[in-house]
Amino acid sequence: MAEPQAFTIEQFYKNISQKKLMGGKCRKCGKIHLPPRPLCDKCLSTEFEWVELPQKGKLLTYTIIHVAPTQFQSMAPYAVGIIQLENGVKIPGMIRDVPLDKIKVGMRLKMEFEEPQHTQQWPQWPRYHFKPF
Amino acid sequence: MKGKPLASIVSAGLSKFGKLEGLYAREIFAQAAKEAYERCPKLDPKKDIKALFIGHMGESYEHQGHTGATAADWAGLLHIPATRTEAACSSSGAALRAAIFAVASGLCDVVMAGGVEKMTHRSTPEVTEFLAMASDFPFEQWHGITFPGLFALMATAHMHKYGTTEGQLAHVAVKNHYNGSLNPKAHMQKEITLEQALTSRVIAWPLKLYDCSLITDGASCLILTRPEIAKRYTDTPVHIIGSGQASDTIGIYERDDFTSLKAAKIAAKQAYEMAGLTPEDIDVAEVHDCFTIAEIIAYEDLGFCKPGEGGKLAEKGETTLKGRIPVNTSGGLKAKGHPVGATGTAQAYEIYLQLTGQADKRQVADAEIGLTHNVGGSGATATVHIYRRG
Ligand SMILES: CC(C)(COP(=O)(O)OP(=O)(O)OC[C@H]1O[C@@H](n2cnc3c(N)ncnc32)[C@H](O)[C@@H]1OP(=O)(O)O)[C@@H](O)C(=O)NCCC(=O)NCCS
Ligand SMILES: [Zn+2]
Repeated sequence: MAEPQAFTIEQFYKNISQKKLMGGKCRKCGKIHLPPRPLCDKCLSTEFEWVELPQKGKLLTYTIIHVAPTQFQSMAPYAVGIIQLENGVKIPGMIRDVPLDKIKVGMRLKMEFEEPQHTQQWPQWPRYHFKPF
Repeated sequence: MKGKPLASIVSAGLSKFGKLEGLYAREIFAQAAKEAYERCPKLDPKKDIKALFIGHMGESYEHQGHTGATAADWAGLLHIPATRTEAACSSSGAALRAAIFAVASGLCDVVMAGGVEKMTHRSTPEVTEFLAMASDFPFEQWHGITFPGLFALMATAHMHKYGTTEGQLAHVAVKNHYNGSLNPKAHMQKEITLEQALTSRVIAWPLKLYDCSLITDGASCLILTRPEIAKRYTDTPVHIIGSGQASDTIGIYERDDFTSLKAAKIAAKQAYEMAGLTPEDIDVAEVHDCFTIAEIIAYEDLGFCKPGEGGKLAEKGETTLKGRIPVNTSGGLKAKGHPVGATGTAQAYEIYLQLTGQADKRQVADAEIGLTHNVGGSGATATVHIYRRG
């Protein structure tokens, strides 16, 4: 039998690399955690199960970054926002494949998985972004 | 008992804020300490000061951690216990809390609280990256979100929910630049116009250059005593009568509301209750305007107006020097500057000047009660303090 997967950020990103958006659902109080956590902040339970989260949602708020950190400088200006998935869970991410002036609060977006980039450095987390559909 | 002093400020010091070329953080802290010693001739620093608590955000800037001992040494205070507190931009707000605990517990009679940051020798992309370290790494930084970006997310949400405008944000910038022009220690001592603010270049839409605080070098410190012995050192102490601190999720995306900072609301409630006061009692306040939207949210979180009405408060001029409740008389983080670790106790320094009648051209007439509001990062920490003229 496979090892049970730990409810960690590392495991969240391992799932992302398999194009799966997964959260940890507390078996005691039902709260869905994104990212998954080993201790429920609501009821302090340590019993969780993996649940697949919807990859579609709506944009709650956004910004267009012009002055970027070193690593992202070549992409600027770019949009990032906070997306509320169809089950209510929230997640931030870049918004791509749409002209920057067409982005609107409330617009519907879906998650797009990016190919993992292999570098020597920690962390090796794959990225994702959101785009209209 | 409500309104009973927890600790008393008997002296305070502030370095010049700005681009302090060729200086190392510890050397800037020595400037602030020197001023505090000179202001208080009855204090024998080496004999009287029993501990140092110092806020410092990042070792990345100067490849230098372990700020507690270093600052104590350069302030001429070896071998007292010296501890660094870190809570992002609220690092010295947290140092002030720790100092209050030290004297209120009776363990120490006299302590120093302060803060320092040296930032301007690094490039803006580097500073942007270092500052972002105070936000969530795996879900915010990893996806390209910056500090101005986080407050821009709050600004967009505030505009969407309440109709707050870019013009209202610009009013905050114009006011704080005007106040800064009256403060000889401010980083930027120049007035700006609404037009200039509104047409400045975009940093993180909807926030523009004049919506952002400055990247600044500087240091600040306070000397605190048990209230019972404050008069040994000065005839004009300032009593701290309320103190609050709270935490929130590191990622703003996990919060229910992006238009308010829950930690600041909780910290404010604690401080008001301890002081036995309400927002109407505050004569002058220094709030954490790391971005103009943050000042507008601060008005609402502190109860200076109803939720959603912060933009109007700024537009009507109610928070100017001559307004109903003057806010950021020092010029705020916007114009005085924001050496992140130094900001919390630098706010307290301004309130100390105001309540002892030493604020010169920025003096608020008859100021008796002051408040400071210091936010760490995007609101995962907030500290609020209330002060009364002694
Ligand atoms: C806004 C920001 C990105 C601008 O940096 P920059 O693009 O590198 O700007 P520069 O340093 O090249 O300065 C260019 C000019 O703008 C001025 N300037 C820089 N920042 C300014 C600001 N925030 N407000 C007003 N003027 C500013 C400079 O003095 C300079 O003027 P000059 O040409 O007359 O000398 C930077 O100030 C910043 O990141 N601020 C926010 C800091 C922050 O996030 N703090 C933590 C908050 S929690
Ligand atoms: Zn639970």
